[in-house]
Amino acid sequence: MEDLTRRALERALQAGATYADVRVVRRTTENIQTKNGHVEAVSSGESAGFGVRVLADGAWGFASSRQIDAEEMERVAELAVRIARASALVKQADVSLAPVEPARGRFESPCQKDPFEVPLAEKTALLLDADAALRRSPRVTVSEATMDFFREEKTFASTEGSYLEQTKTESGAGVVATATEAGEVQVRSYPAAFGGDYAAAGYEFIEGLDLVRGAETAGQEAGELLDAPQCPSGETDIILEGQQLALQVHESCGHPIELDRVFGTEASYAGTSFLTTDNRIPLIRMTNINLEPGDWSLDEMIRDTREGLYLASNKSWSIDDKRLNFQFGTEAAWEIRDGSLSRLLKNATYTGITYQFWRACDAIARKREWRVWGLPNCGKGEPAPVAHVGHGVSSARFRGVRVGVMKG
Amino acid sequence: MLGRETALEIVHRALDMTRADQVEVTLRGGDQALPRYAGSVIHQNVTERDTVLSIRAVIGKKVGFVESNATDDEGIRRLAERARAVAEAQEENPDFVSLPSPTPLAAVDAWRESTARFTPEERARAVEKVVQVAGRYGASASGAFSTHTSERAVVNSLGVEAYGSSTTALLTAVMNKEPGGFGYADQVSRDAAAIDPEAVAEEAAETCARGVSPRDLAPGVYPVILKPYAVADMVMFLGWMGLGALSVQEHRSFMNDRFGQRITGEAITLYDDGLDPAGLATAFDPEGVAKQRVEMIVNGHANAVVYDSYTAHREGKQSTGHASGGAGVWGPLPRNVFLAPGDADLDAMIADTPRGILVTRFHYTNVLHPVKTVFTGMTRDGTFWIENGQVAHPVKNLRFTQSILDALDTVSAIGRETKLQAEGGACRVPALRLDAFEFSSATEF
Repeated sequence: MEDLTRRALERALQAGATYADVRVVRRTTENIQTKNGHVEAVSSGESAGFGVRVLADGAWGFASSRQIDAEEMERVAELAVRIARASALVKQADVSLAPVEPARGRFESPCQKDPFEVPLAEKTALLLDADAALRRSPRVTVSEATMDFFREEKTFASTEGSYLEQTKTESGAGVVATATEAGEVQVRSYPAAFGGDYAAAGYEFIEGLDLVRGAETAGQEAGELLDAPQCPSGETDIILEGQQLALQVHESCGHPIELDRVFGTEASYAGTSFLTTDNRIPLIRMTNINLEPGDWSLDEMIRDTREGLYLASNKSWSIDDKRLNFQFGTEAAWEIRDGSLSRLLKNATYTGITYQFWRACDAIARKREWRVWGLPNCGKGEPAPVAHVGHGVSSARFRGVRVGVMKG
Repeated sequence: MLGRETALEIVHRALDMTRADQVEVTLRGGDQALPRYAGSVIHQNVTERDTVLSIRAVIGKKVGFVESNATDDEGIRRLAERARAVAEAQEENPDFVSLPSPTPLAAVDAWRESTARFTPEERARAVEKVVQVAGRYGASASGAFSTHTSERAVVNSLGVEAYGSSTTALLTAVMNKEPGGFGYADQVSRDAAAIDPEAVAEEAAETCARGVSPRDLAPGVYPVILKPYAVADMVMFLGWMGLGALSVQEHRSFMNDRFGQRITGEAITLYDDGLDPAGLATAFDPEGVAKQRVEMIVNGHANAVVYDSYTAHREGKQSTGHASGGAGVWGPLPRNVFLAPGDADLDAMIADTPRGILVTRFHYTNVLHPVKTVFTGMTRDGTFWIENGQVAHPVKNLRFTQSILDALDTVSAIGRETKLQAEGGACRVPALRLDAFEFSSATEF
């Protein structure tokens, strides 16, 4: 592979690039979905390709292809230089890169049990068990369970002398129960909404999720939500459970600290940030933004709250293009009265302004309750690449938050 | 681009190699080129080329789906073997009936050689024109100019054979002039040469210039005039929430139990027509089934939803050509949506509005309740207060939390002119005046 990447880098330099890097990527994916007691879809994918990024005439160019051979590498490198020169037609100053020490090495994410080697029958059997557990509640009209596996083998080489190889294996799974009645639809998922929870790990992560037990609870709660009262409107204290807080961190802390947003290069599409600084052009993406644990337990937080809501599992999210005004909906909300959880409420929403909201955080659960939540669907940029990110959080309390924006 | 002959040869080879009761093979691919600009300079400039081959293999009622971007002999052979292996390892799906049978396909001309031949330099010069307009307004420009060529070939063992190629060009422009002025415009076309960078830039820059120094506005229920950019966002969300047959079959659609009933103002007619050249026409869906026009809402009344072969067979019907592709788990979706125009023009709508809000565009919209069609999101890139029939001043952005059907029930004017948008597919929509639209909170810019 190093011979191939060298060909691309040398061709880029010959064509006039002052810097070039090449990434060769092979991805393998598997997705299994069950629905209403049968396997809805089993799909597997393989994808390979490479991209060459260059600086020429002080501007960036990038080209890619799926055909990994020497001739195509050279063609794509030349095209990237041509594109960079076109970019230079609309520039104000040359791009300059910070000095970086060349690095060589290899990384492989931990994977005890290769998910692609686990027999399909074993995986579908687990999903079907979870799917059946969802439907133990007679009010569940649609039961769904999913598993996803992802492996990416990437080689990076640059004209500065770096040559890096990385293999990442990710596993994820989740279940969702949908309960419907005339004019009402409610969902409840486990362990997280929108495909479940993910980790850079092997099948051992799936085995540790206890999908069947979680599915039974999710099914029951989806049914109970049909009869639950509407979340009232007003201001109250809220406690966010881990998955919802992970998304809160993602949207209101992770994205605003990405420097491309701060510098304005995402202005037209994803948006900018309420953080500001001088104007330069890096390309940045959050990877793991975590919230340090505090010293409370969730039980202590609830006992310490006279009146409020305990909000769980994301259902809807939206935030303005400077990442200030956010509004989230959750699948479930439990009323807190005099230090105890009481009735279940449906259609809960909460809203706020990012910095005001975080200033109102006065309690965070301890390290023992802290865990990383995987989000495999972070979209940003054009053409829209999807990033896999993770956020480590425990639950936390926020004082005086506006809730119940969606009226019944 | 592989072209018709090569693409069909590959999918037929894969069809022949796959041993199953029924087989569907799809090839999709093409080139995408995209300079992005911000702060009035190009900061990213990319081209991508890819081709993906997918196989759906059916053994009895067991269905397996696989895909790969290796299209050489060895790659196809491995994919064909994997398709059978995945199907064999499957459980039976009792609701599966059959892959679709052949349907007569219309001839659709979606290819413009000018787009296919568009060069990196031409794209950069178009961006340069946008930047020059921004400079004249003292604004900073950002956006992207993408050109695509794409092709799709579909064959199945029941005799479906379809090939289509298309081109698309999309220029977007956001202008910013401090303090607080923003404006947006875009243009989409099959033909890159038809894109008018100066016109797009002028529209965005004018909105931006008028938007400087926005004022606070208290949240509340207001009449709104939505420009087509915002209308397209709202209409496509309606499609995702419940205009596909799967959502009706699963009782999570706003159309459930309401067919024939009035669900919006009677001026609203919403339909899907994949063959109308005023949209981004395409002859067939990812299953190779001919596109049919579907009248979803007629004069405010719930009329019909769209089908793929799976959902159609469950009801003993024929697919309307609205498969969403892949393993089919998303169900059918309307992807060529038209909202019928009215007889008003935007200026007259404003002149006829005593007080209200003019919205250019929505941002980060999301569903809160699909049956109640409640969605939320922000205004963006040009929000203005209307007073006594005049655009009085810009206002800071607002969050809305609103039922789409309830909003459409208050429609009081529909634009005469429509605009094509590439928003989760394609849609052509006019501006709308809605007499009651709830803004639930404000933001700081």
